[in-house]
Amino acid sequence: MMDEVDRIIINELQEGFPVCERPYAAAAEKLGLTEAVLIERLGRLLEDGVLSRFGPLIHAEQLGGGLTLAAMQVPAADLERVIEQVNAFPEVAHNYERDHVLNLWFVLATERPEQVGAVIAAIESCTGYPVYNFPKEEEYFLNLRLAV
Amino acid sequence: MELNVRQRRVDSTGIDAHDRRLLEQIQEGLPLVPRPFADIAGRLGMAEAEVIARIERLCGEGVIKRMGVVVRHRSLGYDANAMVVWDVPDTRVDALGQCFARFPFVTLCYQRPRRGARWPYNLFCMIHGKDRDAVLDKVVELTEACGVGEVRHQVLFSRRCFKQRGANYRRGCP
Repeated sequence: MMDEVDRIIINELQEGFPVCERPYAAAAEKLGLTEAVLIERLGRLLEDGVLSRFGPLIHAEQLGGGLTLAAMQVPAADLERVIEQVNAFPEVAHNYERDHVLNLWFVLATERPEQVGAVIAAIESCTGYPVYNFPKEEEYFLNLRLAV
Repeated sequence: MELNVRQRRVDSTGIDAHDRRLLEQIQEGLPLVPRPFADIAGRLGMAEAEVIARIERLCGEGVIKRMGVVVRHRSLGYDANAMVVWDVPDTRVDALGQCFARFPFVTLCYQRPRRGARWPYNLFCMIHGKDRDAVLDKVVELTEACGVGEVRHQVLFSRRCFKQRGANYRRGCP
């Protein structure tokens, strides 16, 4: 199970990680740990599934990819079939069932922006239900930065 | 610590082929070795200093939003997640988006298009909490702090999550 040191690591490294020759040593020093302990702990947190990833959070559109949020209204009786079909698309990154008339919400990530429309059309034709597209128009985010 | 909320429009940056190869190498995670950038540099036939300089530049340009840990919320006891959507007057959407984004429990906040009468909402936030009541408390906190008591909104709790992976930008992933 997680202990206090794990919590400190997670809280601190959610806000950033240094980019330098010995980043684990630099981060560990700030946390009062050794480089070896920090590396070992991160490995275990990944192995235990507490962390899904350790590294960069990449901005898809800046890389030239397409990204959108899409939703569908699917009758309960048909939901399992549609979920299976939607999940089979490699472009579907997350898929959630939610409490709403629009009950299926998923994120589509494509290599190029213009492919989003084709994937949506393919999902519509394969499932038989319309897909509502909610592309991002503006992003509001918290920017944490260490003052030098 | 400097804390500021920024608003970012998506714009194009000067990413070259080396940047793409570098991002492909690190998108699944940094190597857990004392000099991870030297390790990546070795795989790419680049110098460690160049890898570091490129990553710093990509961070500065916003291609990399941040470096660090990505937590699996459920494994930390955050069992409830809700998409909270608001029907905000267009003239207030930027101010309210910035207000919402200041709260640490708001993990994502986007303006998205309305879709007619069946979907009048234009501001979307993700809120994580230990349970549904905790999420609802946070929605009240946001409502009061940002002065949106009169704004129509809905809380869409997740029932099930079927697929969760980081977006992968290479072709042919499973």
